Amino acid sequence: MKRILAVDDSASMRQMVGFTLKKAGFDVTEAKDGSEALNIAKQQSFDAVISDVNMPVMDGITLIRELRSLPNYKFTPLLMLTTESGLDKKSEGKAAGATGWIVKPFNPEQLLAVLKKVIR
Amino acid sequence: MSIDLSQFFEVFFEESFEGLDAMEAELLNLVPGEEDLETINTIFRAAHSIKGGSGTFGFSSVADFTHVLETLLDQIREGSRDLTAEHVNLLLKSVDCLRALLRALQAEQQPDLTEADELRVKFEEILGMRAASKAPEQAPETVRESSFNTYQIDFKPHHHLFKTGNEPLYMISELAELGELETQAFQDDVPDITNLAPEDCFLSWRFFLTTDKEQSCIEEIFEWVEDDADITITLCGGLFGDEEDVAVETVAEEAAPAQEAEPAVVKAAIDPKKPAPVKAATANAESTSIRVGIDKVDSLINMVGELVITQAMLSQLGEQEITEATIASLQEGLAQLAHNTRDLQENVMRIRMLPISFVFSRFPRLVRDISQKLDKQVELKLLGEQTELDKTVMEKLSDPMVHLVRNSLDHGLETVDKRVAAGKNPVGTVTLNSFHQGGNIVIEIMDDGQGLNTTKIREKAIKNGLISETDDLSDNEINELIFLPGFSTADQVSDLSGRGVGMDVVRRNIEALSGSVEVASAPGVGSTFTIRLPLTLAILDGQLVRIAEHTYIIPLISIIESLQIDISKVSRVGKDLDVLRLRDEYIPILRLYNIFNHKGAIETLDKTLLVVVESDNQKVGLLVDDLLSQQQVVIKSLEANYQKVDGVSGATILGDGRVSLIVDISGLIKLSGLRKPGSQELIIESKANLEAS
Repeated sequence: MKRILAVDDSASMRQMVGFTLKKAGFDVTEAKDGSEALNIAKQQSFDAVISDVNMPVMDGITLIRELRSLPNYKFTPLLMLTTESGLDKKSEGKAAGATGWIVKPFNPEQLLAVLKKVIR
Repeated sequence: MSIDLSQFFEVFFEESFEGLDAMEAELLNLVPGEEDLETINTIFRAAHSIKGGSGTFGFSSVADFTHVLETLLDQIREGSRDLTAEHVNLLLKSVDCLRALLRALQAEQQPDLTEADELRVKFEEILGMRAASKAPEQAPETVRESSFNTYQIDFKPHHHLFKTGNEPLYMISELAELGELETQAFQDDVPDITNLAPEDCFLSWRFFLTTDKEQSCIEEIFEWVEDDADITITLCGGLFGDEEDVAVETVAEEAAPAQEAEPAVVKAAIDPKKPAPVKAATANAESTSIRVGIDKVDSLINMVGELVITQAMLSQLGEQEITEATIASLQEGLAQLAHNTRDLQENVMRIRMLPISFVFSRFPRLVRDISQKLDKQVELKLLGEQTELDKTVMEKLSDPMVHLVRNSLDHGLETVDKRVAAGKNPVGTVTLNSFHQGGNIVIEIMDDGQGLNTTKIREKAIKNGLISETDDLSDNEINELIFLPGFSTADQVSDLSGRGVGMDVVRRNIEALSGSVEVASAPGVGSTFTIRLPLTLAILDGQLVRIAEHTYIIPLISIIESLQIDISKVSRVGKDLDVLRLRDEYIPILRLYNIFNHKGAIETLDKTLLVVVESDNQKVGLLVDDLLSQQQVVIKSLEANYQKVDGVSGATILGDGRVSLIVDISGLIKLSGLRKPGSQELIIESKANLEAS
């Protein structure tokens, strides 16, 4: 079973993403900010990471930069959840090593469709 | 796969309300010009989360409104705009507005968008986006839509592509899903094995895709790797030559009738969502879920563990033969069981307990708004915010407290000029303090204002006929008068302190929670309102008393003393009322056996006991046959199980399994006819006064 780490400080978004992915047959681990996610990611391995950008403690861009520098996450798809207004965030994210982005708001179907680009 | 998003709504609402609370608290801390980045960030994140969530869960009205907020905050955050006091005020208003919108949505009602729209206009003016009102983006539908085209796609990834986490294989599969795909792979760039960098991508591709989808669908597949690869997409018209034009023409013809058919579809789609029937209006704003700290749950689990051990020990003892030794350990085990049960009970109650900061937290905003309106300078101090209180009590405590704080600001604190003239600090202080005392929680609302004006209160009370001109009252007694119905000292009715709906309502609300409220005041120094409440409404410290063969429970909090009656100090007033002269007071004696209709009770006064209790500041003596033990009792509602009974506030089950009724003191006073309807004054008091004079 493919393992995904879902990171968002909003409990409802986290639940929605988590629920959708689980229903699609992924094994999902949730984290509430970048720092917690980084700790979890160091201890376990994941096939993909989906992270919000704006979070307390450690934001999504920093998380992606940190993850990409880890040997285990060199090739791992790292996706960020961003709003349509965050165009410059997209390039900032890409520069930090993000694989791609999912534009908020999205529905479960869109999430799964986008995910198919990087994990099957 | 379809997923019902509504299952996430409750969590979304809960966290949004929390986010709004956080926003509000941070906004109140903001001083334009010296704001720190972390505060702005916190506010921004709260708005951002609400926007993201509401968009995702389909609450577009909230999402649209939050969008302008977020944009402004983002600009402030990035330093491209300076924060002004106007921004803070506008943001605070938006917090209120969002709260209202979310409440309506939570109750599944149509939210009222008037205020949101007004605020949005203001934000858009600030942002300068008013002119650029959203031009409806109606990209002209391409006629080609349903025609088949063939695209040539050249895809040459840069070497580092794998390190972005992208996978060409999946992209190719995506392409294949769009239509018929022909693939050529070029391996020319792959170096020989000695020079091969295994982590790099050296392959490139050329695809021919025949599809009825638009070119943008193809572009979307390569969206993430635009900067990590050379991609060219060209429409190969040449391949099919003239055929293409023919295709376009025929399609154009087909498209025309299709457009005619469209309106019908649209109509059908609009109709069902017109008056979306509001689901059984459960507009209950009081939240039904509760957040419990992990430590509380852990300690419960721990205790249940101990309970299981004790139970195992007892059942083991039960299987042994009964000897002196086993009886001793049995008793020990039972004591242990009692201990466990009490611990468990206390801890279960603790789950309902929340820190009072939940109520306190709304006051900084309130004080800020009111002091602005009144043009007074006020500092609010919060003490004992971590003091815990039952959630139900807390929810009902909020309104009376708001009233008291408003009163302190409006009547208590003086204006800056007056304060300076009186030699005081121009900034007035209102302090909210809370602490535990015995089984009660005490909440104090203190101000360092002018104190209650006893002369004015007295005049007013005389005018309203509450007291007579000849009554000689102490300052304390005069201050107590403000809790009487229909009393208001404001020279003119202001929109802050309401219209005489005043302290009597506060007192009534607090007494409905089995609590009490008192005032202490010193002229020129300030006044203090003290609210005393039981920690929980589910458990009560009770005094068990016997009347004939029945056991009743009197709430311990209302008992002042219990005594044997000195018959020489009893006098009869009117037809059938005895009063006891106790020190300087006349205490009317209520014969409980009469009120509850029990036969066989001791009727002679000198052989029974009198329990003196107080309610609404009135003392009465309850005649009982005997005082039994004191114990904590779990209150069971009579209304829920039987019906409301006057003079009884509830029932409980005693250790021997019998039901015992809990005496409702204020109800009892009413029932016995001691109080004139609509008046707090006991009839007996005036009678006793007459007699004494």
